[in-house]
Amino acid sequence: MNDMPMNDVVLELEKLNIALPPGADRAHAATDIDLVLRAGEVTCLIGESGSGKSLVARSILGLLPGPHVRVSSGRILFEGQDLARATPAQMRKVRGARISMIFQEPMTALNPLHTIGRQIGEVLRIHTKLGAAARRARVIELLESVHLPEPAQLLRSFPHQLSGGQRQRAMIAMALALRPRLLIADEPTTALDVTTQAQILKLIRDLQHQHGTAVLFITHDFGVVADIADTVAVLQKGTLVEQGRTAQVLGHPAHPYTQALIAAVPKLMPPPVRAPNTAPFVVQARDVRKTYGARGFFGGRVTHALDGVSIELRRGETLGLVGESGSGKSTLARAITRLMTVDSGEILLSGRDIARMTRLQLRPYRKRVQMVFQDPYGSLDPRQRVVDIIAEGPIIHGTQPELARDEARALLALVGLDPSAANRFAHEFSGGQRQRIGIARALALRPEVLVADEPVSALDVSVQAQVLALLADVKARLHLSMLFVTHDLRVALQVCDRIAVMQRGRVVEVAPTAEIYGAPKHPYTKALFAALPGANWQETVYA
Amino acid sequence: MREALQRFARNRLAVFGACVLIGLLVLVAISPLVFPGDPFRLAGKPLQAPDRVFLFGTDTLGRDVAAGIAYGARTSLLIGVGATLSAIVFGAMVGGFAGYYRGGVEIVLMRVTEFFQTIPAFVLAILIVAILSPSVSSEIIAIAAVSWPGIARLVRGEFVALGGREFVQACAGLGASDARIIFRHMLPNCASSIIAVGSLLIGTSILTEAGLAFLGLGDPNVMSWGLIISAGRAVLRSAWWICTFPGIAILLTVLGVNLVGDGLNEALNPKLARR
Repeated sequence: MNDMPMNDVVLELEKLNIALPPGADRAHAATDIDLVLRAGEVTCLIGESGSGKSLVARSILGLLPGPHVRVSSGRILFEGQDLARATPAQMRKVRGARISMIFQEPMTALNPLHTIGRQIGEVLRIHTKLGAAARRARVIELLESVHLPEPAQLLRSFPHQLSGGQRQRAMIAMALALRPRLLIADEPTTALDVTTQAQILKLIRDLQHQHGTAVLFITHDFGVVADIADTVAVLQKGTLVEQGRTAQVLGHPAHPYTQALIAAVPKLMPPPVRAPNTAPFVVQARDVRKTYGARGFFGGRVTHALDGVSIELRRGETLGLVGESGSGKSTLARAITRLMTVDSGEILLSGRDIARMTRLQLRPYRKRVQMVFQDPYGSLDPRQRVVDIIAEGPIIHGTQPELARDEARALLALVGLDPSAANRFAHEFSGGQRQRIGIARALALRPEVLVADEPVSALDVSVQAQVLALLADVKARLHLSMLFVTHDLRVALQVCDRIAVMQRGRVVEVAPTAEIYGAPKHPYTKALFAALPGANWQETVYA
Repeated sequence: MREALQRFARNRLAVFGACVLIGLLVLVAISPLVFPGDPFRLAGKPLQAPDRVFLFGTDTLGRDVAAGIAYGARTSLLIGVGATLSAIVFGAMVGGFAGYYRGGVEIVLMRVTEFFQTIPAFVLAILIVAILSPSVSSEIIAIAAVSWPGIARLVRGEFVALGGREFVQACAGLGASDARIIFRHMLPNCASSIIAVGSLLIGTSILTEAGLAFLGLGDPNVMSWGLIISAGRAVLRSAWWICTFPGIAILLTVLGVNLVGDGLNEALNPKLARR
């Protein structure tokens, strides 16, 4: 990385301004951006949601969602050409051939009706004069270079037949088909599991070294930055507040915003050893099974979402449920809140089995287990006022509506929201504030158990820290037990007393947090820790 | 809601449509004052061309066409709105049950809905009116019976989409009853689509009503636009005014309703409209 001389400048942004439509929360998505991308270097553009980082990336390829969002002034210099002024015909020659892009969601970025071979071949057909056989050979070569297994067979596969990681590899193969000078990667690993993310980051790094491509890497994750970036640019509300070499910015951040962002990243450090909790069990799941799919004559694939899972949650304890997508952790959370029924097994709530109860029998038990959902946008009714959202639970369970609304207003203070929030609608709040409303709704029924399903994974790091602090605070104050579902080991280490690691519908390891961090036993747990982005960086910083 | 109104007000065509409809309502309100007495009353000589006394002329029996149009507006609006409301209530019920409960309920209800969609709408309407004997209420029933399947399919689709949303699950997790989830959460969230589609349905209903009346299947004791046209069609060449003015009234009304419907659709679902 650093042994290379000062490399050629590939792309230069000069006082770039991107205008937003009138009525947006600010006039410019990006203000006076100056950024230089060099060959053979990975530049990370990091910022929270709404910072304008994706729009800056898209402006380079002329992919802004016009006509209202547009480059209002400034220059985008690439190979002696100002891309901000290029005609559509000129842009088409640049796109895909000289500059290419990979996106966050590999499922939607690939056409589901075309085979992988055809989609990658299309790039070659548009930009080169290769014949059909030559194209095919080149595509196979490309698929090999991104380490996809059996490329000759993969040519005929459709996107849905590939896993998320394989699709992202195919996207990268497509992006690199013409050896572009610049690769723009817009959160390419955000939708992937950590172990897959680690592989994709390594792949991008390797290919970029081989070809000397300049890479503009958009991310919100400092761990990813530490693993892949040569230089970092920090974007706050459309303004570049800090840029420099990675070690410099991460080790000695100069701007207060960068400092705050880095401080908010959950620390990867040994959690304090806590006294073992010996309180009685409040929730016990015993040998719970749930299968999806596959009814009917023709078989089809059966997914064992829960394959004989047993867990116990003690009173006052926080149990972390950690695993990658498809491990069954969310299914288990929904089974325990009885948002869905299980095929077999018992779910004991203070000794009573609720797994087989009818809706009517379940009613009195509902309020004892409440859930906080992942999506702060989808989990609140857009047509209800906040006070009604929070008061709904108590009203259902027989509290006088006026009384319930008064209590709801009091709860707003408990979760750190202004009393004036009561009469507004959910869409008027930010993601973090909405998650507070969701927590208030769950608390309104005075539950004994809080099931939190990825409560912070849709939030920016700085907001994440606040919501986690709030959860810890209410849990201690109201003596709750908590089941905390997350894919993020850092977050789990920070909040949980014990951690259960799930893989393919089974719990592979349960241990107190300090133990699981110090001496993970199961190979899968070890793999999860090894794949954590930025592990080395934080060990050096906090050692 | 206020934003939606502002978006509506910025749409010139929709505002024009709204003006036409308001004018129509005013006409209905003042018709007893301007044209006192029964619109079936013989007011003058038959087949008089439009003049100062009879603004739109008289028909074959000497009835005032202008008075007929004014009183016919009431019938058209009554049947248009009545049939649409009935269709929305019934369609939303069927679609709502199908979309909320899924499974067997959905299969049965949606096959019934499709069955109704396969029969030509106008033929079915004629059949129902003929069986029930022509009257305002049987016209409303007939038109509602041919219009509800569209609403049912719309509401079912919306409910299926909403059922997977987390706020509906959150509500179930609070212990809410099905009725509460359906009426408090799901219906209000698809209200904008129902309003947009329903407003267009009013126009179709008015057209169907005119068609039925033209065929002599309207209520013979209630003045309507279709009835006037039906009475005047034999003398279309010699007395053009009898058919022309009620025809223009139908045209303007349906145009107004459709413009307002489109405007509502764009105002309530701004994301769809911008595409």
